[in-house]
Amino acid sequence: MSDLMKVSSNPHIRSKVTTGNIMFCVILALLPAAVFGIYNFGIPALVLILVTVASAVLSETIFNKICKKKNTISDLSAIVTGLLLALNLPPRAPWWIGVIGGAFAIIVVKMLFGGLGQNFMNPALGARCFLLISFTSIMTNFECDGYTGATPLAALKAGENVDTMSMIIGKTAGTIGETSMIAILIGACILLFAGAIDLKIPFSYLGSFVVFLVLFSGHGFSPAYISAQLAGGGLMLGAFFMATDYVTRPITKRGQYVYGIILGILTGIFRIYGASAEGVSYAIILGNLLVPLIERVTIPKSFGKGGEKA
Amino acid sequence: MNSGKERLINGIVKENPTFVLMLGMCPTLAVTTSAINGLGMGLTTTVVLALSNVFIALLRNIIPDKVRIPAFIVIIASFVTMLELLLEGFLPSLYGALGIYIPLIVVNCIILGRAEAYASKNPVLPSFFDGLGMGLGFSIALTCIGAVRELLGAGDLFGFHVMPTADHPWLLGGKEIAFFTPASIFVLAPGAFFVLACLTAIQNKVKLEGEKKGKDMSKIGSGCSEDCMNCGEEGCGRRKFYDTEAGEGPVGKKEEQKTEQKEAGQQKKEEKQKETGQQKKEEKQKESQNRSKEENKEEKKEREEINNE
Repeated sequence: MSDLMKVSSNPHIRSKVTTGNIMFCVILALLPAAVFGIYNFGIPALVLILVTVASAVLSETIFNKICKKKNTISDLSAIVTGLLLALNLPPRAPWWIGVIGGAFAIIVVKMLFGGLGQNFMNPALGARCFLLISFTSIMTNFECDGYTGATPLAALKAGENVDTMSMIIGKTAGTIGETSMIAILIGACILLFAGAIDLKIPFSYLGSFVVFLVLFSGHGFSPAYISAQLAGGGLMLGAFFMATDYVTRPITKRGQYVYGIILGILTGIFRIYGASAEGVSYAIILGNLLVPLIERVTIPKSFGKGGEKA
Repeated sequence: MNSGKERLINGIVKENPTFVLMLGMCPTLAVTTSAINGLGMGLTTTVVLALSNVFIALLRNIIPDKVRIPAFIVIIASFVTMLELLLEGFLPSLYGALGIYIPLIVVNCIILGRAEAYASKNPVLPSFFDGLGMGLGFSIALTCIGAVRELLGAGDLFGFHVMPTADHPWLLGGKEIAFFTPASIFVLAPGAFFVLACLTAIQNKVKLEGEKKGKDMSKIGSGCSEDCMNCGEEGCGRRKFYDTEAGEGPVGKKEEQKTEQKEAGQQKKEEKQKETGQQKKEEKQKESQNRSKEENKEEKKEREEINNE
């Protein structure tokens, strides 16, 4: 991106915000969820996180070396991608899942399309879906010491009762980073106070999702069911960390609301009518693909253009 | 460019229908779930291509130009129907695996493309070899894609268990080794795109390196779009300039050279005429300018005289 020509007249306002700063902020915000995941699932989770991050960073280095480009790992985005991907993996996934996932996210989804800022879909989610389709049995096996059987969301879909309180704290089965709603919300607060994200997309996403549940889930307005749906699965992680990804969200304000609402509806459709209990990653990826269309529809009118003609 | 060997090499390597011309993507992406399927589809298409090229070349002077596409399709469809019945009778397993894609060979754009671009303008024997080469290139490409997809997606190759998967581990010294987990995405539709893109990239890399070493990697003129003005293909024997009638129909090498010379001569003449025309125009303009200047001067003088008076 920095290779682009900057054509503008002075004076210039210089901001201290750089890509590296924002990415560092995102890493800080992801740490609570990661730490809780390691506490919850033990050392194998830590190993998986480290392997995935290392794979992402190495892939970017090697790709840049082969293509004779400047190495871009210093903007920390590869670390964020690796960390996000690792938080979306089951805790007992073998180490090579992290290696393949990190390499796919960086090389295929990000670098082949031109690197950071040019990728058309979230690299971490693209890699997660790739792994989910490729190695379905590994990626949906959440068995771990102390946790056997289904995730709370799958149990909820099967019609069983779930303990919403433990889902909010995070002592349940699931992927490494998605289980604890509290840890993720702490991270989201860090991002909000740092000004890295705003609430347009998360709120319209979660709001439209709740409305969809009330209308179509068959449970009506039941607070227990809705809170379980909100706390379960990767919804919080997706809404605050992935849907708000700078590169793959719409630029326009109205577009961001539209994007959030589309994500909410898609997630609702996948969770209620889909075969699998979880649908956040597919919803966000589909939303990413719709972003160019959303932006085209919601271009704001420039000052002096449009309005009523006298 | 019309010898059989050249046509074969052109079809298989230089103008490979899948990796270079990017034709026939539908069967390429859809049936290459295994190497056997890819090979079967490729060979079926090869037979149809070679036979239809021969018959279209035979009938090229009889088929009216305005209805040539329907005529081609009738010829191609007859061969496809014959082949479909043969496959159903003698290779029912392949027939089942390929399914709807056998009748769809009729509208495969490689076959129609070769008929339109080559067979309808060239003698029978080169057309046959052109069809054979293109078909073999298609077969090789499909088999490669199918092999990679089968290997990564199921751990097999041509139906044999190759990789040490959990179901079929290697036995080494009494120990079972099973480190390979098949990535089922490669058997599904997205895998076809991944593998096709990677193989095309490798092919481009090889081509670029070959050009660096000074090998002749250029296409042999045959993917002709009749648009010679915008065609970058150098050394094309059918290259037409201003005379649009000259290139049609089968032309032998000697005749081509003659027509080229004639065309070149015509071109030069035309250029000369243009140049001389331009020179004359410029001269006229200069003259008129000079005249107008002189007139202006005279007018000024007259005005000055009037003022003085």
